[in-house]
Amino acid sequence: MKAKFIQERFFNFLMLLSTFIVIAFLGSILWTIIKYGLPALNWEMITTLPSGGFYIGGEGGVLNAIIGSLYIVGASTILGLVISIPIVFYSNIYLKKNSKIAYFIRLAFDVLYGIPSIVYGAFGFTIMIALGLRTSLLGGIIVITLLIIPIMIRSMDEVASQIPKDLLDATFSLGATRWETIRVVLHQIAPGIATATLLSIGRAIGDAAGVMFTAGFTDSIPTSLNQPAATLPLSIFFQLSSPSPEVRDRAYAAALLLTLIVLVLSISGRLIMRYFSKNKI
Amino acid sequence: MSEALKFFRSAFGYFSRQNDEKKDKQDENERRVFNLAQRNPDIEIRHLNLSIKGTQILKNINLTIPDKKITCIIGPSGCGKTTLLKSINRLLDNTEGVKIEGSVMVDGENIYDSKTEITHIRKKLGLLSQRPTPLPMSIYDNIAFGVRLQGIRKKKELNAIVEKQLKAAGLWEEVQHRLNAPAAALSIGQQQRLCLARGLAVEPQFILGDEATSALDPVSSKHIEKLFMRLREQYGIILVTHTLRQALRIADHVVFMYLGEVIEEGPAEQLFNHPEHELTKQYLSGEFS
Repeated sequence: MKAKFIQERFFNFLMLLSTFIVIAFLGSILWTIIKYGLPALNWEMITTLPSGGFYIGGEGGVLNAIIGSLYIVGASTILGLVISIPIVFYSNIYLKKNSKIAYFIRLAFDVLYGIPSIVYGAFGFTIMIALGLRTSLLGGIIVITLLIIPIMIRSMDEVASQIPKDLLDATFSLGATRWETIRVVLHQIAPGIATATLLSIGRAIGDAAGVMFTAGFTDSIPTSLNQPAATLPLSIFFQLSSPSPEVRDRAYAAALLLTLIVLVLSISGRLIMRYFSKNKI
Repeated sequence: MSEALKFFRSAFGYFSRQNDEKKDKQDENERRVFNLAQRNPDIEIRHLNLSIKGTQILKNINLTIPDKKITCIIGPSGCGKTTLLKSINRLLDNTEGVKIEGSVMVDGENIYDSKTEITHIRKKLGLLSQRPTPLPMSIYDNIAFGVRLQGIRKKKELNAIVEKQLKAAGLWEEVQHRLNAPAAALSIGQQQRLCLARGLAVEPQFILGDEATSALDPVSSKHIEKLFMRLREQYGIILVTHTLRQALRIADHVVFMYLGEVIEEGPAEQLFNHPEHELTKQYLSGEFS
């Protein structure tokens, strides 16, 4: 057999192997969560707040953490989009291609992208101490927003920088201002916004370190921005550190819930954005 | 006493200055009216020099591009044809390192005057690029987009314009039943006609075509050429073209460029049959391309 066919086979095998490894990991994670979590998952868990002795095997559920997580993720995703979309437009449409400012914007967000969430948490914590604030839903939202803005900008920027120059020229030559051009571009980068949003949601909902100091933890559902809020990852953490196997199983059930929420959000996000990007060129 | 006098003087000075400003504005308005009265429908390019990052692309271009005629800009690749075309509607504004001197008069306004607001000039110059660039919207919205920018929002008016321009671009028959389909679903040739219709919808004075048929199949290309022949009764058309044959077929006026300079220009018949310049002769005979 010719060497080049052996080569072809070899690399083909390598690719398949890598793919298999990734899928196997995903499968085993899901399997673990389902195996331990599914038996412990019940209606009570989703719909009730933890009772006094919940973390040592008492009655109750993780509704506090579910609602808290959804509050924080929802608010920070919206806030993040509101802040990062203008930045992406500014650096891609208003600034010239090789502009220094755009370069520094990208550099700044690359650096921010790499900062671990515990650092964001610590940063938020210091500021809250300085301002004399207690742990609160608002604090959690702000820190998570800061955490996901770099992710959003990076993935939207990727798509926005691919906008064909001809498309911009075509819009300009219809007499559009740059602002009016943005409305056209928005259609074009809709899938990028979808990806950005999904990635951010995944990161935001799974983050424990950022919210630990800032949003705190509580057994009740926050009714104002000043109250602390529970989150699913922290709830999982507290339950997993329990000596009772029963409570640890509940941790897996909560993890299963978290995964399901991410799944539902991802799928619906994709569907919504598919609708918006149906005219994409 | 003198203080008070000073104050009054300065106050008076302020008011008289304001009056002067008012007068200036009046003068300017009068000048504008005057300009409108004798405005030149042709595009006048005077002493246009353009360099990108220190490399001179256009050298002292002086041209008059006639209204309601097809002007073809021909020349070997890299001679600055497209740059010249883009400098006519200031599309190079967003390119890094561009330096432009000279003037381009469109409809009596110098588009490189710093006071000129560019979007309304661009609207007078419809652009058709090499590859069709439909906007990421439905067929209908592609045409309505530019019209809406003009402030026309009534559904009835929009419908009428969309139909009229699609007919003008010879696309109505093919798309009238799927106006809400995405423009990207059309064939390349249809997309180019859609782009033409979109450009016509904002009622330009000139159409700028940047090798507008080179990415199309022969049939679509023929179609667009025919459209140009028809449209020249209402619009001035400037085409950058790489195919000499196309210029031969449709040009009324030809500009031959070489290395950033206009070597020769004139009515098509004269330039093709009796070229004066040696380079033009060589180019026309196919010695280089």
